[in-house]
Amino acid sequence: MIKIDCPFCGVRDHSEFSYGGDGSIEWPALDASASDWVTAVYERDNIRGKQWETWHHLYGCRQWLLVERDTLTHEIHTVKLAHSGCGQLSR
Amino acid sequence: MASRYSMWSVFRNGLSGQQHWDRVWRDPEPASHYDVVIVGGGLHGLATAYYLKKMHGIRRVAVLEKGWIGGGNAGRNTTIVRSNYRLPGNREFYEHSLSLWENLSHELNYNVMFSQRGHVTVLHSPGAIDTFSRTYNTLRMTGSDGEFWDLDTLKKNIPHLNYAADARFPIYGATVQPRAGTARHDAVVWGYARAADALGVDLIQNCEVTGITRDADRIASLQTSRGVITGDKTAFAVAGHTSQLWHMAGLGGLPIESHKLQAFVSEPLKPLLDHVVAFSVGGGLFYVSQSDKGGMVFGGDLDWYKSYAQRGNLPMVQNVAECATALLPCLGRVRLLRHWAGVMDMSMDGSFFICKTPLSNLYLNAGWNYGGFKASPASGWYFADLIANDRPHDVIRHHDLQRFARGYIIDERGAGADPKLHG
Repeated sequence: MIKIDCPFCGVRDHSEFSYGGDGSIEWPALDASASDWVTAVYERDNIRGKQWETWHHLYGCRQWLLVERDTLTHEIHTVKLAHSGCGQLSR
Repeated sequence: MASRYSMWSVFRNGLSGQQHWDRVWRDPEPASHYDVVIVGGGLHGLATAYYLKKMHGIRRVAVLEKGWIGGGNAGRNTTIVRSNYRLPGNREFYEHSLSLWENLSHELNYNVMFSQRGHVTVLHSPGAIDTFSRTYNTLRMTGSDGEFWDLDTLKKNIPHLNYAADARFPIYGATVQPRAGTARHDAVVWGYARAADALGVDLIQNCEVTGITRDADRIASLQTSRGVITGDKTAFAVAGHTSQLWHMAGLGGLPIESHKLQAFVSEPLKPLLDHVVAFSVGGGLFYVSQSDKGGMVFGGDLDWYKSYAQRGNLPMVQNVAECATALLPCLGRVRLLRHWAGVMDMSMDGSFFICKTPLSNLYLNAGWNYGGFKASPASGWYFADLIANDRPHDVIRHHDLQRFARGYIIDERGAGADPKLHG
């Protein structure tokens, strides 16, 4: 079981969370070209090793988190809030 | 060259104490140059090599395998073969694959133990009946076989499913593909390896590609753990780790994420289940068959997060066990013998890639999602056709990397651009 240290709830099993996906994607502006959107929506680096990814604490505080995790060993290096503006609530 | 297997060879070798069988395939040293170098000695790479030789007469073909033949996902699947895909392209492709399976033991002179025991999708609502009837009608209209079994027929054929009125998911009926079934996974990979080797393909094991040298828009050479190897054409068939080779070739991102899928086998039981049975409801997926040794072979959903670890997580073990006992309560006290996980290329629309690439002498076979085992004969057939003729066959012309930019999404489930949802 992967344990994720949620900034709001503390260390919880990953089964409380829902996996989002690649957290390094930068979404283009709404009026960006179609090819920019194709790249952002469909193309992934699919890193074997440390990567940033999003997790949703679905059965906890329901916040989206940015998690730095190794996709080969499942070791978690960093957990932080995915959105700015709610940092003042963190422990 | 290996001798032909026959009743006579079994008899003769039986009389001489099984001491005189030939090596099943050679173990050649890699040459420095080939006409076609296939990276990946799994089912897809081996089948590709076989059809390149057999159908297209390509002279010098090598298959590079980083481990040993049969050590990857060829040995990590639930061995189900079916063709109940609906969308154009997928429909013809998987039907072709099923027809290749039907003659594969003869074709390869190797018993792949293909058992057309029928694939039964259990349905749990009138809506599911409508949806699946549509797919199975499509099968019937396109030269395949599909049936609907009402509850009485289903009970007669598979008496021990959970038919209780208060079951969490009451059973309404089933759609069935009688020609579908299972095959012996080791036999398929060994059969293709032996047949390819007999045609002169060099199978190079313990040969990992560690670097790729580019010459503008071409692959110049592959650095491997057994020296530098060049090919007029290079083909990738390494589903699970496609992205790593793609990065090595300096090609950037792909519409693929690597996820892992678990499979399980129970202790051997007396004959219990004659068919392949699949169960799919919101939040649960389960498919099961009984092996010739009596083990219940089954699997479920992905582990739900991206991973390259070839080991599964426990929440999914619990999920699959819950599905198993919901569908087949009689399995409740059966013990597991083994479970394992394989790394899959999950693509952005749940469909595969057999296509040309941005590099002029590089060809891609990837993105098999859950469908790699059943697809392997046709995958090799169409990939060899693409490599030999340098143009995609009509059937797979939309299975390229540009389909997303064209808006031609091949999404059987309608799940959207999220790889983990295409189980």
